[in-house]
Amino acid sequence: MPGAALLHRPGASELRWAAVVLAAFGSLALLPLVVRRDDVLNFGVVFFLSVTLAQSWNLMAGYAGQVNLGHAAFFGLGALVTRALWIQGAPILPAMGVGAVVATVFGWLVGLPAFRLRGAYFAIGTLALAEILRITVGNSLPEISTLPAATIAGYSLTRRFYLTLVLAALAVATVAGTAASRVGLGMRAIREDEAAAEASGVGALRHKLLALSLSTLLAGLAGGAFAYYHISYYPQHPFGPQWTFDALLITFIGGAGTLHGPVLGALFYVFLKEYLAIRWVDLHLLIFGVLFVAIVLLLPGGLVEVFGRVRGRPRLTNP
Amino acid sequence: MRLLAQQLLLGILVGGLYGLAAAGLSLIFGVLRVLNVAHGELLMLGGYASFWLFALLGVDPFVSLLGVLPGLFLLGLCLYWLLFGFVVRAHEEVRIKNSLLIGFGLALALHALAVRLWTADERSITTAYAGEVMTVGGLKLPLVRLASLALALVLIVGLHFFLRRGRWGQAIRATAEDWEAALLMGIDVRRAYLLAFAIGTALAGAAGSLVSVGYSINPSIGLEWTLKALIVIVLAGMGSIVGTFFGGLVLGAAEALSAVVVGGPYREVVGLVIFFCVLVARPEGLFTSRGAFR
Repeated sequence: MPGAALLHRPGASELRWAAVVLAAFGSLALLPLVVRRDDVLNFGVVFFLSVTLAQSWNLMAGYAGQVNLGHAAFFGLGALVTRALWIQGAPILPAMGVGAVVATVFGWLVGLPAFRLRGAYFAIGTLALAEILRITVGNSLPEISTLPAATIAGYSLTRRFYLTLVLAALAVATVAGTAASRVGLGMRAIREDEAAAEASGVGALRHKLLALSLSTLLAGLAGGAFAYYHISYYPQHPFGPQWTFDALLITFIGGAGTLHGPVLGALFYVFLKEYLAIRWVDLHLLIFGVLFVAIVLLLPGGLVEVFGRVRGRPRLTNP
Repeated sequence: MRLLAQQLLLGILVGGLYGLAAAGLSLIFGVLRVLNVAHGELLMLGGYASFWLFALLGVDPFVSLLGVLPGLFLLGLCLYWLLFGFVVRAHEEVRIKNSLLIGFGLALALHALAVRLWTADERSITTAYAGEVMTVGGLKLPLVRLASLALALVLIVGLHFFLRRGRWGQAIRATAEDWEAALLMGIDVRRAYLLAFAIGTALAGAAGSLVSVGYSINPSIGLEWTLKALIVIVLAGMGSIVGTFFGGLVLGAAEALSAVVVGGPYREVVGLVIFFCVLVARPEGLFTSRGAFR
């Protein structure tokens, strides 16, 4: 937006919102002390996982402008590696670290060739990649993965709650830090016009790879937390396209290319999903599908834009 | 050897449907520069239309094509008016990205709707003649699938001649080649868009009908078929409907071969790997060829 840079320092809005969101997360940390209900804590875990996944997707699509339709691949790899190491006795945090690194390395392997593709071709290329991984994992590991009985006996939901809370906070801080940095400015320049950014001396490939690295690292960590949280699931489940869809829907419904958008989106999405799932299984996807189409057509800034309009602020982002 | 030939034959038979699905998507992409990733879901709807016409009213699936084609054509018109018509106002890059997102939301909604209305069960049309098999030189040819391939070919040839000779067909080709020039020549570009989109949707529906006869459908087949259509387009390139159809046959044959070589479960992977490699090797040249539909 012309003039926007004069009104606000780049990333100033993100830093302000990060403070608000992190303070809110901080007060949520008291939740397990107050409420001892499992359903509330489970809701918290799902919410924090959604925030992490959505922010990791937002960094790539909302800031660097690269729509990655294969995000589930990185979530799945994180889950796969973390689960394997953890079940074999590795402590969970290093296991998650390794999982995230594997996801990132895979991200580089595919990113270098895939970034030759622009816009929509990048999107369908990554979609194909995630499907390749999902089918391969489904074929080679067809059996359900269940935790050993000893682990189930000592299962602590509170621990999962805090782990995912820290992860979500990390994701929020990463996006805010990136948005406020010079690199974040470069990413937005690429999003708006890649050729113009290149001409102004912004290395597109370097910036895109950096966005991809941070994004896959966070997605891998989220996958690891999923593997730590879920007692039993099929190994191909975290590779399913619905994880990409979740991240995409949450980000767009909330507002892509903003910090608080995906957080609000996740709250709205998870709440509605859980609420609707009690009555009608899968109806939430119908509602979100329609809502998503409406947002792309009528309200490209997401829910955040509505609030912005109400408060009469100029729009800063144009994903 | 016999096994290999048999697999190849079955691969080519299903390949005809890949080609038909891809032709619709290719027409839409080539003319509107809009990538409708809900194409597979539209195919799924066509399949269900035929299935219910058969299950409730006993309409023969090959006859019900006569209803499915105009039905999906109408649906295509509605989708264009409601959704994609807004997207084509943007310039090309935004157009593709937004259409991708809209198609994606549409796919999600249609999938959820189908699960809700018709459950997630696998459905297939079993007619009285479903089991008929023709044996040629020791190879078995399921009659229904053979008829499907023939019908797909008829539709493709029909479309080819429509684009070649028909007044609106020529307008569509002109629009695909250069919409600005077409506009200057007095062609109603918006209407060419509308028509191409509706025809592409109708073709998806027809492919779905044929899938529900020889094979089976469920609400989740959409993504798989969209990817198949994309793979075929990448293999065959844009610009020729008949070429796209043959691309479908090639993909079917390649999948069958790979099923024999690397094992059945991985047949999907082979197509996707080819797809990704071709995409990366020719990142610009694939979809951007400004060829008219010859």
